[in-house]
Amino acid sequence: MKKTKLIPMMGDQVAAYAMRQVEPDVVAAYPITPQTEIVMSFSQYVADGKVKTELIPVESEHSAMSACVGAAAAGARTMTATSANGLALMWEIVYIAASTRLPIVMPVVNRALSAPINIHCDHSDTMGARDSGWIQIYCENGQEVYESIILAVKIAEHKDIQLPVMVCQDGFITSHAVEGIELFDDKVVKGFIGEYKPRFSLLDVDHPVTVGPLDLQDFYFEHKRQQSEAMDNSIKIIPKVFKEFADTFGKRHDFSETYRLEDAEVAICALSSTAGTAKIAVDKLREEGHKVGLMKPRFFRPFPREHIAKRLSPLKAIAVLDRSESFSGNGGPLFTEIKAALYPERHRPAVLNYIYGLGGRDIFAEDIESVFRTLLDVAKTGATDERIQFIGVRE
Amino acid sequence: MKNITEVRWHGRGGQGAKSAAQFLAEAALDSGKYIQAFPEYGPERAGAPIRAYTRISDNVINIHSSVTSPDVVVVIDSTLITPSVLEGLPKEGVLVVNSPDEPDVIRKNLSFKGGKVATVDATKIALETIKAPMPNTPMLGALLKTYPIVSLDALESKIRDKFLKKIGEEKTAANIKAIKRAYEEVKLG
Repeated sequence: MKKTKLIPMMGDQVAAYAMRQVEPDVVAAYPITPQTEIVMSFSQYVADGKVKTELIPVESEHSAMSACVGAAAAGARTMTATSANGLALMWEIVYIAASTRLPIVMPVVNRALSAPINIHCDHSDTMGARDSGWIQIYCENGQEVYESIILAVKIAEHKDIQLPVMVCQDGFITSHAVEGIELFDDKVVKGFIGEYKPRFSLLDVDHPVTVGPLDLQDFYFEHKRQQSEAMDNSIKIIPKVFKEFADTFGKRHDFSETYRLEDAEVAICALSSTAGTAKIAVDKLREEGHKVGLMKPRFFRPFPREHIAKRLSPLKAIAVLDRSESFSGNGGPLFTEIKAALYPERHRPAVLNYIYGLGGRDIFAEDIESVFRTLLDVAKTGATDERIQFIGVRE
Repeated sequence: MKNITEVRWHGRGGQGAKSAAQFLAEAALDSGKYIQAFPEYGPERAGAPIRAYTRISDNVINIHSSVTSPDVVVVIDSTLITPSVLEGLPKEGVLVVNSPDEPDVIRKNLSFKGGKVATVDATKIALETIKAPMPNTPMLGALLKTYPIVSLDALESKIRDKFLKKIGEEKTAANIKAIKRAYEEVKLG
């Protein structure tokens, strides 16, 4: 029997529950579509007096992030949540939050961007924001969503990081699926994140600071250089937060999760819920005696280059599954990132790219199995098809 | 691979197919199983046909795609009893429908020869007990008699837990009565 009681919750509810435990000073959010149930559930906690958070309902997602920027600059622990076109409307301020170095934490439910209008899962929304300067964590299931939000607060607020974090989960697939979740005690969560002491605060009149002024040729570049260094440094600091998390909650986190990868010859690389489905295909092919494995990056920003290259470079062939199309003519965002990460390695596997699941098109273990069979052929013959492939689309 | 039990629910928006899928999953979770419950979302409209799914397993459930080959299909709305509910249901599959008809009639209408067919007049039971056309809870009772994946006790305590605060003692008791009646009255064939 399991030792811990699991509580049935949807991915959205789990995110709201984590927010309740974090109990930020301010949550500013746009309360209607394309918002998700995260804000609805959190508003209920506010209405029921379960949290003392100042909830600011605003008239658009652009205003939501603007209010978050203001609150965070004032020194408040700040959170919001968004999804799809909502994130797209936030865009301008999403960049400002990161370059102002405000440790805002934002659960994002990954859904397709218009047009055509679609409410289902793909990663176009957050992948579009990949260069905005936010840390991005991708989650396979509700449990990961829950733990990652708590982790994200600690990472965002670390004095040597000071960057906002998106905690991404798959729209409907996990956001609206009920799973059993192991929840931590409120006090332990509060103890782990600690009291928020901002390094700079507009309300600290004894130590006045200026936030977001005009910054032209003279200093803008230096500020960007510092921002770049903050993201770079986070690679070294985040593992310390993983350790603290493991010491506190007994749960291990890393930049990636690998599954049966140690002695694998070929592997699939995928984010979020699809990585779970891929485990079924890995098990089936392993039973047939094939050396296959899985690499599930948990962090996309910072991109853990060395971590991933070390684990993938010994392989013969890998396939990267992208749930978004970057329209670069050069493959999806995860693919180009992984290929670039492998380039400096002495030994490099063949790297294939598959775009799948746009607009919520389902992906099955059988689809992933067939990608593995292609990889096994590539490993044997060395012949690769350089073209970007598409899974489950009508041609 | 098939150490997961998968149930597909067919209903109309507003009939509680999504809730039924969830109640079953939660009762299983309380019994120490791992679970998933999720609806298939389209445009959300009252009365439109919807599907919902329950997965139950002794092990952690990693799969996140929709259910294509269910072990059990439950049809909550009798107007949805058409051959399309058999989609992906294997020969040995179980079909539980809300209908006053005998299982033989359903078998004949759908040309379904294999597995098990169970029928129960869940709408009538709901009208007489809950006093509303909400056939989702009695269908849970019918399902558990036909395919005892969780105990009736586990379901009862889950329903009590879910309903008591929301709708009060009287209506909660009516729902439990509906479940038990359907459990007794379901016809197997």
